[in-house]
Amino acid sequence: MAGPYSPADLLAFAGAVASGAVRVVDLTQTLAPEFPVIVLPPEFGQASPFRMEEISRYDERGPGWYWNNFTMSEHTGTHFDAPIHWITGRDMPDASVDTIPPANFVAPACVVDVSAQCAEDPDFTLNVDHLLAWEQQHGKIPKRSWVLLRTDWSKLPPRGYANMKDDGAHTPGPSPEAMKWLVEKRDVHGFGTETIGTDHGQATHFNPPHPAHYYIHGAGKYGLQCLCNLDQLPPKGAVIFSAPLKIKQGSGSPLRVLALVATDGAAT
Amino acid sequence: MTEPLVRPKRKDPLKRTRLPLSPPGARSRTALGLVAAAAQGRFMLQVCRACAKTIYPPRDACPGCFAPAPAFCDVPDRGKLLAVTTIRTSTDAYYRERMPWRVGTVQMDCGPSIVAHVHGDLAEGDRVTMSLKLDRSGQAAAFALPVKETPAMADDKQLREMTCDPKFRRALVTDGRTAVGQSCAKALSEAGCTIVFVGVSDPWKPFPGEDSLRKIPNVEIVPLDLTNSESVNDLAADIGGRVDIIVNTSEHVRAGGIMARKGLVVAREEMDIRYFGLMRLAQAFGPALRFRGADGVNSATAIVNFLFVHALANWPEFGAYSATEAACLSASHSLRAELKPGGVKFINIFHGPLETDWFQELPPPKVAPAQLVKSAVDALKRGLEDVFVGDIAQDIRDRFLANPKALEREL
Amino acid sequence: MSKRQRQSYKGVVAAAPVTIPYERFSIHGAHWWIGRALRALSEQARLKPADIDGFSVSSFTVGPDTAIGLTQHFGLSPRFLDHVPLGGASGVVGLRRAARAVQAGDADMVACVAADANHVDSFRRTLSTFSRFAQDAVYPYGSGGPNASFALITRDYMTRFGATREDFGRVCVAQRDNALCFPHALMKKTLTLDEYMNARAISDPIHLFDCVMPCAGAEAFLVCTEERARDLGLPFVRILSTIERHNAFMDDPIQYRGGWVVDLDDLYGLAAVKPADVDLVQTYDDYPVISLMQIEDLGFCQKGEAAAFVRDRDLTFRGDFPHNTSGGQLSVGQAGAAGGYLGLVEAMRQLCGIAGDNQVKDANIALVSGFGMINYDRGLASAAALLARAS
Repeated sequence: MAGPYSPADLLAFAGAVASGAVRVVDLTQTLAPEFPVIVLPPEFGQASPFRMEEISRYDERGPGWYWNNFTMSEHTGTHFDAPIHWITGRDMPDASVDTIPPANFVAPACVVDVSAQCAEDPDFTLNVDHLLAWEQQHGKIPKRSWVLLRTDWSKLPPRGYANMKDDGAHTPGPSPEAMKWLVEKRDVHGFGTETIGTDHGQATHFNPPHPAHYYIHGAGKYGLQCLCNLDQLPPKGAVIFSAPLKIKQGSGSPLRVLALVATDGAAT
Repeated sequence: MTEPLVRPKRKDPLKRTRLPLSPPGARSRTALGLVAAAAQGRFMLQVCRACAKTIYPPRDACPGCFAPAPAFCDVPDRGKLLAVTTIRTSTDAYYRERMPWRVGTVQMDCGPSIVAHVHGDLAEGDRVTMSLKLDRSGQAAAFALPVKETPAMADDKQLREMTCDPKFRRALVTDGRTAVGQSCAKALSEAGCTIVFVGVSDPWKPFPGEDSLRKIPNVEIVPLDLTNSESVNDLAADIGGRVDIIVNTSEHVRAGGIMARKGLVVAREEMDIRYFGLMRLAQAFGPALRFRGADGVNSATAIVNFLFVHALANWPEFGAYSATEAACLSASHSLRAELKPGGVKFINIFHGPLETDWFQELPPPKVAPAQLVKSAVDALKRGLEDVFVGDIAQDIRDRFLANPKALEREL
Repeated sequence: MSKRQRQSYKGVVAAAPVTIPYERFSIHGAHWWIGRALRALSEQARLKPADIDGFSVSSFTVGPDTAIGLTQHFGLSPRFLDHVPLGGASGVVGLRRAARAVQAGDADMVACVAADANHVDSFRRTLSTFSRFAQDAVYPYGSGGPNASFALITRDYMTRFGATREDFGRVCVAQRDNALCFPHALMKKTLTLDEYMNARAISDPIHLFDCVMPCAGAEAFLVCTEERARDLGLPFVRILSTIERHNAFMDDPIQYRGGWVVDLDDLYGLAAVKPADVDLVQTYDDYPVISLMQIEDLGFCQKGEAAAFVRDRDLTFRGDFPHNTSGGQLSVGQAGAAGGYLGLVEAMRQLCGIAGDNQVKDANIALVSGFGMINYDRGLASAAALLARAS
């Protein structure tokens, strides 16, 4: 969008949110201890799950107030991946969560629905063909758009959600070609998923391994994972607010991801 | 003949839970030498270095030659029961509610006469095996036992006061994902536990042995993650009043010293699982255990913790892990004091390298999980407090006792 | 090592026997009871505190004081001061030390006092802190107190020598008979052998009537020269001989004899009397088995034959073997350390002819025996004295 934008326009937008003309959809999973985190082989360092310790609860530790300490990794729960998270993005400018220009925390989204395929096949791999088919129906993916992969994975119970087998996780995700295409041909803003990571469960065995991380961050783009409620978004036209915590040199951060959806549903 | 225990009925909710009392617990400092022996299930009395006289009750000098401070040594444990009395009136509140109570005079083959608790299967004139047990105040007590195992011998009312026998008790094994945890569930079930709750963290992560674990009789899988206070508290809210024995099988073994490790992530995990995990367990389950220390046949009786023997003296190959285990050892001493009013024991099972993945690169001797667990169940049955399983653990113990500084250099 | 000859107590006497009547429970402390005993002694002998230059005290409940604190408490300035914490041996031991002090010129007038308080919880607290060995190796074993310890000794004695409960019962029943003629006895009901046999078990084979009743009370006497006692017009007895022996036979696996055996020849030799010359015997009777042991060990019969001996004798004050003529502790009560004085003070009354309804006829020579301090598994202290009527 280009051109002037007046205070009245902004107030009108706020009014539309208040009236419900613009719907706010929460794409965030609740931070809870039992929510799965990414599992690496045990000899590697591990991401801390969410843990909470009560400081006081109107008791002898603090009679009039309730509060908690919590611990978790930057990559626990619904979280944002900054380019610096991956080795391919380590030299990008403004690549950690504290230096990313704040305007980049607001961007439109295209939602690619592959939930039917994933219900059949937990190893479903998103290919360029699937993206082209989507474009045929909804038009070309605009530059600086999030591409969010709707798999309905967020609706699974924990064991199915992680779906760990003795040969690793079996969860859907993108192929190297699809990621290369999205980054190089469509210049997307970032890639978001419902699964534990942006990558396929078996992505260690892809070439390059972990292609979502590899290509997105290598191009200075962003990742979102552990999203939910993608089924409440239109294929096109939703606007995503996704501002991570301003952690010094942070590689990512848990965050609240909100989508704004116009109620007439029309994509622009 | 000992009357075999019968499985206790469910509690009458209209009756007040019997509160734990302790038998007289005051002892002289010298007499505490017996506690060290009792804790390990050894029979030790003072023996004079100068004149070889065996001495009891403990003294500060030899009554044969005045040599100072006779040392506690392993001595022959056989004797003859000269006289028995059945006490029916006691001035002590603990014993009053446990009347009648048998004590006797035993003439030991090694010399002294010992006034001891007497097993119900013994009669005057019998040969006995004398043992040192830890009573409900945590103090050493001489207990005369039949020389040969008798039917239902462990069910003797007085003996069961001193032991933590799993029979008819309900146990919680904190981590069923490990080989030790699974072996423990099986052993406790076989030892007569009526329920073995087995904690499994991150139930979304499958683990080897899961199917066979579920098939063990009396095993009930429960969600438990010792790194998560909420999980521990939730489980305690569910079953805290029905757990009589806790066996902490949590593990987090990682090689490496202190300096060579990059950062604190692994160290924090170690501390979180092992030290803070123990603390979470104690906070969530401890108060109920202590309260239920005298709650009938299936009274709360023990927490068992497996400990790397290098808690005693750091082994730099596993330097950070040793330090974590040292923290657990220290915590166990505090917990013993805190559990004491309930007569609940805290049992440390010390071990060296195990036959498990994380000690894979170490040469033998190593302790198999089943062997470790056997020792733990044996410790419960005998009411021990410090158990050293396997050659390495015993070697480290002996070297530590002989000269802790030398051991530090050797390691 | 050659043993030196014991010297006689010629010219030294025990005078003015005093018993302050016992109470089952008393709100008063030991000091109150000691004070009453001193007052009774001073009234009888017309003594002021300054006239008492020797003081010997026995008490379990006088803490935190010891004898020295009591001097200030009672306004005494003695030149001989003794604290005898020997329980049942306190009387004889207090007497013999005081007698030697008087004989040596270290004191002229020694007041010997034993007293104990009995509050509602005193007994339990005394037991749990009685001795280091009791604390370490006895009290934690069922906390049966002396009942359990003596039960084991009694069991062994029965097995070893074939004594029966009836034999012990005879001692208890005879003593109760005696007590019915002694005004200060707490037990005022007759006791039959059936009642004894059918009593409640306390710690097998110890039953209710084998046990003494803890109570509060005091006993006292004076020790001085015979001349002084005559001047003051006091009733007195002569001291023929005394012995004490502690922790004898320490290698016996269980106690079936006491230290009297070691020094028995000295006891009778110095007094120049034989057991057959003794007119009355006061044994320490915290449990009847100990009385039987003393009857043997003091030479009245062979070892192991006391049961037969008591079967063949009348043990009452009217009988052929007057024994514990006031009823002993079993019927009078055990006022702590005063129990160690009870037999001695009673023997003095008998020999002075002032015993009252329970007076033994022609009482000329008495044997008083003390025993005490179950430190671990056995009584450690033993003592005995032969006393004679002043001619």
